[in-house]
Amino acid sequence: MPEERIEEPEPSVSKRIGSIQFSVFSPKMIKKMSAAKVVTPELYDKEGYPVDGGLMDIRLGVIDPGLKCKTCGSKLKECVGHFGYIELARPVIHIKFVNLIYNMLMSTCRECGRVLIPQAKIAKAKADLDKIEEESGIESRRLEIRKVISSMKTVNKCPHCKAKQHKISLEKPTTFLEEEKRLSPIEIRVRLEKIPDDDVFLFGMNPIHIRPEWMVLTIMAIPPVTMRPSITLESGERSEDDLTHKLGDIVRINQRLFENINAGAPEIIIEDLWDLLQYHITTFFDNSVAQLPPARHRSGQALRTISERIKSKEGRIRHNLAGKRTNFSARTVISPDPMIGLNEVGVPLVIAMKLTVPERVNDWNVSYLKKFVEKGPEKYPGANYIVRPDGKKKKITDETKEASLEELQPGYTVERHLLDGDIAIFNRQPSLHRMSMMCHRVRVLPGRTLRLNPSVCNPYNADFDGDEMNLHIPQTEEARAEAEILMEVQTQLISPRYGLSVIGCIQDAISGNYILTKGLTFPKEEAFDVLYSAGIKDFSLPNKEKITGKEIFSAILPKDFNFTGHSRSKDEKGSDKVVISNGKLTEGVMDKNNLGEGSGLLLRNIHKKYGKEYAIKLIGDIFKLGIQVLIRYGFSTAISDTDLPSDAKAKINEVMENVRKEVDELIVTYRQGNFDAFPGKSIEESLELKILELLNSARNKAGELVANYADKESHTMIMAVSGARGNLINLAQMATCVGQQALRGKRIDKGYNKRTLSCFREQDLTPIARGFITNGFKTGLTPAEFFFGSMTGRDSLMDTALRTPKSGYLYRRLANAMQDLKIEYDYTVRNASGRIVQFEYGEDGIDVSKSEKGIVNVKRIIKSNL
Amino acid sequence: MTDAIKEYEDKLPKSIIDSLRENIPASISQAKLKQILEQTVAEYNESKADPGECIGNISAESIGEPSTQMTLNTFHFAGVAEMNVTVGLPRIIEILDGRKELSTPSMEIYLNKPYSEGKDIKKLALSIKETTLDDISLGFEINIVDLSILIKLDRELMRNASFTVATVVNSLKAQTKGFNIKVDDDSMELKSRSKDINLNDLYKVKEKIKATHMKGVKGISHVLPVKRGDEYIIITAGSNLKDVLKLEFVEPERTKTNNIFEIASVLGIEAARQAVINEVYGVIESQGLNVDIRHIMLVADVMCNSGYVRGITRYGVVSEKSSVLARASFETPLKHIINAALVGEIDYLESVVENVMINQPVPIGTGLPSLVTKVKK
Repeated sequence: MPEERIEEPEPSVSKRIGSIQFSVFSPKMIKKMSAAKVVTPELYDKEGYPVDGGLMDIRLGVIDPGLKCKTCGSKLKECVGHFGYIELARPVIHIKFVNLIYNMLMSTCRECGRVLIPQAKIAKAKADLDKIEEESGIESRRLEIRKVISSMKTVNKCPHCKAKQHKISLEKPTTFLEEEKRLSPIEIRVRLEKIPDDDVFLFGMNPIHIRPEWMVLTIMAIPPVTMRPSITLESGERSEDDLTHKLGDIVRINQRLFENINAGAPEIIIEDLWDLLQYHITTFFDNSVAQLPPARHRSGQALRTISERIKSKEGRIRHNLAGKRTNFSARTVISPDPMIGLNEVGVPLVIAMKLTVPERVNDWNVSYLKKFVEKGPEKYPGANYIVRPDGKKKKITDETKEASLEELQPGYTVERHLLDGDIAIFNRQPSLHRMSMMCHRVRVLPGRTLRLNPSVCNPYNADFDGDEMNLHIPQTEEARAEAEILMEVQTQLISPRYGLSVIGCIQDAISGNYILTKGLTFPKEEAFDVLYSAGIKDFSLPNKEKITGKEIFSAILPKDFNFTGHSRSKDEKGSDKVVISNGKLTEGVMDKNNLGEGSGLLLRNIHKKYGKEYAIKLIGDIFKLGIQVLIRYGFSTAISDTDLPSDAKAKINEVMENVRKEVDELIVTYRQGNFDAFPGKSIEESLELKILELLNSARNKAGELVANYADKESHTMIMAVSGARGNLINLAQMATCVGQQALRGKRIDKGYNKRTLSCFREQDLTPIARGFITNGFKTGLTPAEFFFGSMTGRDSLMDTALRTPKSGYLYRRLANAMQDLKIEYDYTVRNASGRIVQFEYGEDGIDVSKSEKGIVNVKRIIKSNL
Repeated sequence: MTDAIKEYEDKLPKSIIDSLRENIPASISQAKLKQILEQTVAEYNESKADPGECIGNISAESIGEPSTQMTLNTFHFAGVAEMNVTVGLPRIIEILDGRKELSTPSMEIYLNKPYSEGKDIKKLALSIKETTLDDISLGFEINIVDLSILIKLDRELMRNASFTVATVVNSLKAQTKGFNIKVDDDSMELKSRSKDINLNDLYKVKEKIKATHMKGVKGISHVLPVKRGDEYIIITAGSNLKDVLKLEFVEPERTKTNNIFEIASVLGIEAARQAVINEVYGVIESQGLNVDIRHIMLVADVMCNSGYVRGITRYGVVSEKSSVLARASFETPLKHIINAALVGEIDYLESVVENVMINQPVPIGTGLPSLVTKVKK
């Protein structure tokens, strides 16, 4: 065996970029780095072969399969491309430097090129600028330079050579005028050349990296072909890239300019061509210059030239460099499965057979991995590819299977199907916080959806109305280790936002536990059954005939757990205290305050005391217990849940009648002019406020009546009280009165016609005419009420639609500004340049996700020690 | 007992020490106390954030994520005694942008005794409110023929605010150099001394004198005396911290403004940082959201780190980054790249995005540690 072993290749030398230097290319440099000089606008000859000296010259790189680059000899995809250059017949101004050129022309002498500051003051000016830069960065230096320059505009005599200065103006985009006379780029270049290096520093430029005259182009770099590949259409026709089109224009005009100059054509023609060349070169760099018409395709669509390629969200930087794409991922609809663990994800078989995990073959797992290869890609736990040590991938098919099996040996890698327990990263967009991407264990399941435990809906903010989620399979050991240690669900239990559990029970699980702990009793046998069907194997129930719900709930709590807290609802005795002592729930009921996410310290304390693994197991158990209880108890809602006894109805009617009268009285006093304004408000505003107050209190009174009179045992009530879903206001809205519809914080306002709807009188201020809905959803709304409801509905839709992009942008800015802040080894918070932002994070160095609601819980420590 | 706690003062942060002092019963045995303190130290050390933790990103997430749940237009309707103040997401954006002009500047002025008990509260409030010439006049007219401005004063309003025509003229004088003021019972006529004044200029002068400051504190446009708890305070629309603090009946320690730049210039950058924290935290709390204060502190520190209040915008905090690529990846990439080329800036790839761009591990979290080893030659 050892003789056959293929030597592992030396791991490729991985180089690390240490730094990136930015500078401007000098003409010399452009020539030096160029592989070819471009002289003809033609692209291909008759055979379709790139022309020498053309824009697609194969010295500039290859984009056709089969051709070899003349410069580096590599083939397609291996050759990164090489720059070329063209010599411009006449110099042309680079559009991106126009303002700088303008500043320099204005503030240097037209004769001697010195800055228009007296020799004695130059040193001081420079020192001032350096000081400013040191104090508040290069940006401020630029601002200061601008100030210095604008002060120089008024100087009309050079302090060095005493030459008279003329006024220079810039006619956008690229024309410079000196006293109404046009300055040609040649003259401009001559002037810029005269500026001595020492003076260049003043402009915030470094003459090593940029000489002012380089801002006027005499030769231009041609980007490599690989940067502007042509695409072959179905018809076999070639379609060139926008940049190639633009370059073609430049080369063509440049050739014509050359010819005309050589032929001694009249000055006007040359100037016209020169301007045209300037236009083409300008639009090559930036096709959205304000004063120029953008260069267009024949179809009329504007060309996407260099600036447009870099800029914006779809540009190179944000789209390709800061955002990457990935393989080994899947996406489908999600659906719930409370019976899988919180840190599991149900993966459909079809996906499990497409996504793979690479496993390196060694002496000990050869036979294990051969089994996968044997099964092939079609049968479930199989494999799709084997990878040879040299990196060649080989697909496993029925034909190649035998050969693959044969050649498989240590050093190879097998890409096998997903198995239960594999590590996957699960994600739902928008990924607003780190809990939006968590690591789950794969559980291969039948069906076509990704399955997740409903408890983890919260961190993902997912529901099952058609949401889709993404699954990623890490491909290296390092990635898997990091995912497992840093990203697995249980490690993300405590939110770094507020220091409480982000995962808890939701909906039915809360209702179930509420019912269970509120006073349900089961016969002994059934109690065992409930626990067993919830998947609990450890039954520590008291030996009694009747077992209470609290005892059943206590069975899943750890035996030495103590806790006191408050519940959202009142228990049978009317207190909201929750006491767990020695693992027994002795007092109180379980509801959203203790089981839900982001509330109460129950889950946090369990996590702290028993660890993350136990905490997620317990949450899962509580969840399943709640569901099992509901299955036995039966749970549903009905319209009859909103029924009220007749005396309640009478009382509510009375409340409504009273408020109507009160408002009417108010309106009458207002009409009579006897209504007093609140300080700082107008009479009308005060009236509105007063009416709103009355109406709101009426709605609240009605709500209270509903809460008092409605059937406490009804399932709708149970849900509202336990916090599983809905609240008492929702119930009141269904049962009696929807209430005031508020639009922009006010009652629905009269429009231009002095009334809200044409079914009311003008200037009607009564509640019903201003959007107060007296009916409940059960009785049904009148047309006018329905319309008012729609108005506020639309308003809230708009609010959401407008808010999302605003808060998204705020978030992007925050993330961008703070992404490089980290805690250093000395526990200071610093940014990337080492500047201290905080001496100790948050003034005490506490990590919120390790704290209890942001603090070290001193009270708990004291209590546990007494 | 206190001595035992004192020993731990350099091991625990002040907030924990305070909380210990407050909660430990006085009748505790030394041994128990020791035990509690030791456990607190152990738990504190356990809950400290690890080096390399990307705190910045966590804070950004913790503020960015709940802000998607905030309402855009929150209005409180029940409040009769409240000024209309921007709240919710727009207010957070306003603060973090570092905007100098607030949409609703406002102050809460606390008063010294006996005024805080309600003495002369209405009068005091009115005395703060800015009165301009416009407020005490019935109208302004321009006489096109003689090119003069006619101001009609409101007798009653003037008497209420205790003005006489003479005081009005006095305060007008500074504003209207080159004009003759002719007083006629309850109207004034302004005529230019120079002959060649055109209508346009005259109109401008008219608009200018309308805003002439007559009385009160500049910039305070509305006042509202309010009883908060059992003391009276004055809530204002418009803010002028510097001048309000000069008033002798104002209690300077508790008087607040929501204008962070004013705080920065009057009270200094540390106060401004605290103001940012308070304002942002206030908004988040009023929306019923739960965000730990450390995240907001970090944002405030980033904003105030340079000694000035800087917004989280491309002109503010982001422009101070050392890396060209990091700046370019935010907004206006071309500008940053070109400017970098002019000085020959070097990007040392020290922060996150640059390394993402060139596919290298980021120097944060698990990407931070590296091995130091001596290579055998």
